[in-house]
Amino acid sequence: MNVSLLLIILLVGAFATYFAGDKLASKVALLFSLVALGISIALLNAYNSGENISFFKFWINKPVVSFSLTADGLSLIMLLLTSSLTPLIIYSSFGNEYKNAKSFYALILFMSFAMTGTFLASDGLLYYIFWELALIPIYFIALIWGNGDVEERKKAVVKFFIYTLAGSLFMLIAFVYLYQKAGSFLLQDLYQAELSQMEQFWIFWAFFLAYAIKIPIIPFHTWQAKVYQKAPTVGTMLLSGIMLKMGLYSVLRWQLPITPIASKTYLPILIGLGIAGVIYGSIVALRQKDLKKLLAYSSLAHVGLIAAGCYTLNIDGLRGAVLQMISHGFVVVGLFFAAEIIYRRFDTRVIAEMGGIRSQAPKFASLFMILVLASVALPTTFNFVGEFTVLYSLYQINVWFAVLGGTTIILGAYYMLKMYQQVMLGETNTKVFADVTFHETFVLVIIIAVIFFFGMYPRPINELITPSLDQILRTLYKIQ
Amino acid sequence: MNTNLALLLLLAPFLGFLFNIFFGKKIGKSASGIIGTLTVAVSFVATLVFFLQINETKEAVQIDLFNWIRTHNFRVNFGFLLDQLSILWLLFVTGIGSLIHLYSISYMHDDENMHKFFAYLNLFIFFMITLVIGSNLLVLFIGWEGVGLCSYLLIGFWHKNQEYNDAAKKAFIMNRIGDLGLLIGIFIIGSLFSTLDYTTLKTAIATSGNLDITMISIAAFALFIGACGKSAQIPLYTWLPDAMAGPTPVSALIHAATMVTAGIFMITRLNYVFDLAPEVQNIIAIVGAVTSLVAATIALVQTDIKKVLAYSTVSQLGLMFLALGFGAYEIAVFHVITHAFFKACLFLGSGSVIHALHGEQDMRRMGGLKKVMGITFITFLLSSLAISGIPPFSGFFSKDEILMTAYHNNIALWVIASLASLMTAFYMFRLLYLTFFKEFRGTEHQKSHLHESPGLITFPLIVLAILATIGGLISLPTNSWLNGYLAPLFSKEAHEAHHFGTTEYALMAVAVLGGIIGITIAFVKYIKQNQVPAEDAEITGFSKVLYNKYYVDEIYNVIFVNSINSLSGFFRDYIETSLSAVVFGLGKVTNELSYQGKKLQTGSIGFYLFVFVLGLSAILTYLFLAQ
Repeated sequence: MNVSLLLIILLVGAFATYFAGDKLASKVALLFSLVALGISIALLNAYNSGENISFFKFWINKPVVSFSLTADGLSLIMLLLTSSLTPLIIYSSFGNEYKNAKSFYALILFMSFAMTGTFLASDGLLYYIFWELALIPIYFIALIWGNGDVEERKKAVVKFFIYTLAGSLFMLIAFVYLYQKAGSFLLQDLYQAELSQMEQFWIFWAFFLAYAIKIPIIPFHTWQAKVYQKAPTVGTMLLSGIMLKMGLYSVLRWQLPITPIASKTYLPILIGLGIAGVIYGSIVALRQKDLKKLLAYSSLAHVGLIAAGCYTLNIDGLRGAVLQMISHGFVVVGLFFAAEIIYRRFDTRVIAEMGGIRSQAPKFASLFMILVLASVALPTTFNFVGEFTVLYSLYQINVWFAVLGGTTIILGAYYMLKMYQQVMLGETNTKVFADVTFHETFVLVIIIAVIFFFGMYPRPINELITPSLDQILRTLYKIQ
Repeated sequence: MNTNLALLLLLAPFLGFLFNIFFGKKIGKSASGIIGTLTVAVSFVATLVFFLQINETKEAVQIDLFNWIRTHNFRVNFGFLLDQLSILWLLFVTGIGSLIHLYSISYMHDDENMHKFFAYLNLFIFFMITLVIGSNLLVLFIGWEGVGLCSYLLIGFWHKNQEYNDAAKKAFIMNRIGDLGLLIGIFIIGSLFSTLDYTTLKTAIATSGNLDITMISIAAFALFIGACGKSAQIPLYTWLPDAMAGPTPVSALIHAATMVTAGIFMITRLNYVFDLAPEVQNIIAIVGAVTSLVAATIALVQTDIKKVLAYSTVSQLGLMFLALGFGAYEIAVFHVITHAFFKACLFLGSGSVIHALHGEQDMRRMGGLKKVMGITFITFLLSSLAISGIPPFSGFFSKDEILMTAYHNNIALWVIASLASLMTAFYMFRLLYLTFFKEFRGTEHQKSHLHESPGLITFPLIVLAILATIGGLISLPTNSWLNGYLAPLFSKEAHEAHHFGTTEYALMAVAVLGGIIGITIAFVKYIKQNQVPAEDAEITGFSKVLYNKYYVDEIYNVIFVNSINSLSGFFRDYIETSLSAVVFGLGKVTNELSYQGKKLQTGSIGFYLFVFVLGLSAILTYLFLAQ
């Protein structure tokens, strides 16, 4: 058994969904995404028992490109994130009606396929293909099934598409250059490539443009809020829950080990940018009028801290960053789902039109509150584990990094509690708000269970990812 | 056996929380209240067992359950440390907690969400136990943030009122400013000693040859910032008076007796760290003394019965920090305990009054209640005497020790603290006279409904009043059980018992005299001269400044809240749009280039030939020159 099975299932699933027709599409998609989850878990077991689950096949002779998929602990955790969030996201959409549902759900599976490929590919060109492939489905999902004025939506989504595509082109150039030097696109060959300091700097920044736009790191974030707002909630979830982790994952997998000297040189600048994102995102979030935009800026703040963790180049930073990637994935999907639940009832995302929901929907109020608390990293929630570790890693670089990055615990509490107060509390709303349905509760409860379980017991994840991260650091510091 | 008992102690209130959240509404109000109370009582009984055990064995019990968080140089276990300090704290947390739960069964009976109230109260006890029982700083941090959460939930319990919600939010955010300090302190300790475990840390410090005193001092200072947030010291105290928006049992339990003492617990727990940082200890003493005086002056003129008690709490906490600053940890702990007794009693007593007056909290609309509310009045009187430091009530002993320590260390701080104590006696008896003496000043409707509160309310009052009266027995000046009990915690020989000479007796006399003066002034003003505090509009001069709490809230609003909100608006409206424009600008450049490039494609063969020849000659010239 190897990882290619997962890709095959997702691709087959995408086609099967399309041919199942609009009525059955959502159920077929859910079924295939659950099978993919099962396969991921089986792969994890195989990996843990020492089985080789990687896949290798020559693909193109000139230039030498191979279909090379490698799974280590880091890739596996990203696979598990993707394949557990995908069914959850699909299931969460069951309360909505989509026209042309067969294409919609097929695109979700196709996106899951491309992202899974990105997390697995260990050949530069193959990786690049998956990376760009993931952009296509989300482009259509946001454009066709999004909300708000069509022209405005088109503007936002096209901007997003061209912007990220342009960033990725620099990465492609970097790969072409690396191929010249190393004679191969294979990751381990690229790690070995002898690059001068100058070459490293150019390649580093080429990668950086692609990743900074995708993650996004400020000031490259301008596409984010509008797209999060305009895309259908399913699309926003896919983007924020999984897709932006492609950028963070790639920093760890590709950028840092290929250009170690540049990484060390620019460490303070990049940590600074990450932390600036934390503070800037938090402050902008404070006075957003649209709930989804507010959550988008909150996401900007959170990924800023994750990026800062990645660039500390120490094990705590890397481990904390990966833990936070996973926890952020679940929490942000939960939060956007909460926004969707409100939208289903009030038909609005404008915060000023909400309020007084708690007295009508106590169950929803409690579930939403827990998500808010998870987002502000209350200890025993998953976010705390990652945030604590990242802040500790920042402290090891410089105490002021930890203090400035740590403002997230104050600012985060400020904008989240303010939002919760405006959305949920106050005099009972004049509009009727029905409490959560069974199906909505189910989605939220699963997310909350994950948040608390790994908040108290992150050890399995730590054990899975630590060897891979150690390996990355060894490559980085040229220790055999 | 120990592990199971400790788990029972910790989890009983948590099960109560879960039960009340899921089934509280179905089983009815009384049943939900009784279950909530019983689960805390179970914890109390478990604590008693541990208390008896440690009195016998003198051995701390450490239980490590599982590995929680790891970093490159330390691992944090989810574990418990049951030693003299944590057991003592648990005794009054669960003991007073049980009484206040009992009280709430009656007090909250008319609230439609009573089961939620009990759920949150149980959850609070659970987190408070976690805070106290944890074997390392990170488990303490779970409890630390957890009690902050419960405080938030309970202050904003009546969530339809946005003012209450604001108060709740303020409490949470201000606490988090302190929490960042605590977290930084934890980082420094973790990186210096590769452990967050109290026992290991203590050994590491005791055995280490060269300690980095500068870093340890910074750590101590950062930890102290955390303590300032939770224990409402300057500059992070303004959330506590606002926290009175919550139901009164919450004020008694969380915002007087237990949670706000967490900062004192943490500093006492880490006494071996703070002992290494004398400069920080000085800061603690000064902040404590100043806080006690500032809060006392504000309390002089407040008219809301709960606000007076709230500022009084801030002031008393200041005195505890004063003691901590002098390294007199056992004295601070002593005052924590006596304060928990009398302040819980006072808050619950004020609740009883508010209950009788259907929600009235303004003392200008009270008066004459001693005739109808005999039990409330007597318990309130006993506790007021205790807080005013009148012998032989409990507060006398603990406050006297603090003042004595201050006198021996720093005369200026002794003067400040003594002034604060004098004021305490004044404002407490002002409160007592305005509430219980003279004629009733409320509405006729209220007057006809005046009544003593039911047994569920008066019983906890009686128990607490008794404790407030005799609580001093645990640490008599010449024979202190408490100091002996706590001795194993402190590296230094616990403060050498003051040999009682003339100085000590003189100091005692001065302190008592101060209390009597305060009471007398109050008596003259409010009984003899029959004064009633002026209405809001009529307050002038310095009283107005005091009444408005030195305008600190307003100043904070301008400096912090408004500026961050303006910044947010500026970022949203200008920076975001400009950044966006830059990206679009790049797109426009491309468009423009293509538009200009398009002009070259004229379709005229002549033009193409011309350019071709031009290019060719350029290349040839280059090749020629290159040779």
